Amino acid sequence: MEKLVNDFAYGLFFWQALILIVLILLLRKYAWRPVLKSLDKREQGIKDALDSAEKARLEMKNLQANNEKMKKEAREERDELLKEARQIKEKMIADASGEAEEKANAMIVKAQESIRTEKQAALSEIKAQVASLSIEIAEKVVKKELDNKEDQMKLVDNMLDDVKLN
Amino acid sequence: MQKGNIIKVLLFFAVAFNVLGVFASNPQQHHEEGHADQESLRVDTKKEVKEYINHHLQDSYDFTLYSDSKEGEHIGFPLPVILIDDGLKVFLSSKFHHGEEVAEVDGNYYKLYHGRIYKTNAAGDMTYDEEHHPTNEKPLDFSITKNVFTILLTSILLLLLFGGLARHYRDKHIPTGLGRVLEPLVIYVRDEIAIPNIGKAKYRKFMGFLLTVFFFVWILNLLGMTPLGVNVTGNIAITACLALFTYIVTQFSGTKDYWKHIFWMPGVPVIMKIILIPIELLGTLTKPFALMVRLFANITAGHVVIMSLIALIFVTDNIVLDGPISVLLTLFISVIELLVAFLQAYIFTMLSALFIGLAVEEHDHEHHAETNDIV
Repeated sequence: MEKLVNDFAYGLFFWQALILIVLILLLRKYAWRPVLKSLDKREQGIKDALDSAEKARLEMKNLQANNEKMKKEAREERDELLKEARQIKEKMIADASGEAEEKANAMIVKAQESIRTEKQAALSEIKAQVASLSIEIAEKVVKKELDNKEDQMKLVDNMLDDVKLN
Repeated sequence: MQKGNIIKVLLFFAVAFNVLGVFASNPQQHHEEGHADQESLRVDTKKEVKEYINHHLQDSYDFTLYSDSKEGEHIGFPLPVILIDDGLKVFLSSKFHHGEEVAEVDGNYYKLYHGRIYKTNAAGDMTYDEEHHPTNEKPLDFSITKNVFTILLTSILLLLLFGGLARHYRDKHIPTGLGRVLEPLVIYVRDEIAIPNIGKAKYRKFMGFLLTVFFFVWILNLLGMTPLGVNVTGNIAITACLALFTYIVTQFSGTKDYWKHIFWMPGVPVIMKIILIPIELLGTLTKPFALMVRLFANITAGHVVIMSLIALIFVTDNIVLDGPISVLLTLFISVIELLVAFLQAYIFTMLSALFIGLAVEEHDHEHHAETNDIV
């Protein structure tokens, strides 16, 4: 330690300090400042380029997403339209068939009505005929009753057979 | 993959240079190896090795690449000596003839003794105290020593490298060639050292200091591993100066909170506040002191270990047995030292950034305390 202190080269220290100050000042002016500035500029440039690339990528993505959305919307709209058309068609078919049925039903009802009236008419005619026949038979029976009882019966049977045949 | 290969190649060269370098910086022993038959000249003793290593660790007045003190042969170049002793005395260190002669300047006589300049008479007589320390007067010494020269070279290298890198950006956005190596290092210092420790808001102001210190220390550490045989960052004056810079930058950028925490620590009793003042003040000094010692000790230790391992060969005088062991061990330690060279530069810068970060930090626990009081 004593040797270190004794041998301390103040001359060397002086020159070193002087040279170091000058060196720091010179290097700062002619080397470090321009170098660091260029590095900063370059790094900023790279950062900017990366940022803008990222921005472009995002924009692209947005655009793609938009396209996709629009496509999807168009597809949905088309599907909607097709569905509607199908519904209308089905409705139309359903409507048409309903009407036809109704008409048919109405016709059936009408037919049934007319059948019923016909039947009613026929029945009343039959009733009238039966009545007149009965009167005729009664007439004939009355006419023949006096002649022969057996003939009378025969006649009635014949008459009845006639009626059955009718 | 290519990057990895480049690093491998660089590593190989660094290690190769380093091994060569230590051999070259041990020319005395090397030379003796060639004259093994001259028993009378055999001086490869432990003491001499120790002296040689000590000599290497010290600064010197000339830039010697190869020397043989036995034959008085020195290859290298002298550097200017600047003394303040009745006015400015400037002369080349070659006047000392490597300590063998007394240098005469304007009627004053100076002698180089154990790497230091002493004022003597014309005959170069030295006087010693009982512990054999010279008692001769020492003139104020502001010489351009080997270390100062290396610092100057490093500074020019740094200016060329990073000035070049800065110029590169003027034409292109992306650097080519050497810039590709330097740019990641600059980014590393910024993103791994400055921003995490100081914070994004304030780091910019300190980048000049941090970057300069980081590359300065790193390049000097690496230069210490070359055959040039320089030991700059292993010199306490250098690390002291660097640490002092960190200290000054830290204190001058301290916020009100920082000083408040030193002189009137919030949240503790008044007696504790008073006791804490000297402790906190000492704390501001121990931080840069630790920086200074850490760098100095690490680099010095590395140089000593490598040179000692190389010296094994010359001490045991058995090149067949000790040669491979020594080379392998040196190779191993050199790789570690290469890592240490970077690591110490990183640690120095990182801790500087940390201390600055602590000083510029905006504390907010006082506000917490206030709100607690209200609650």
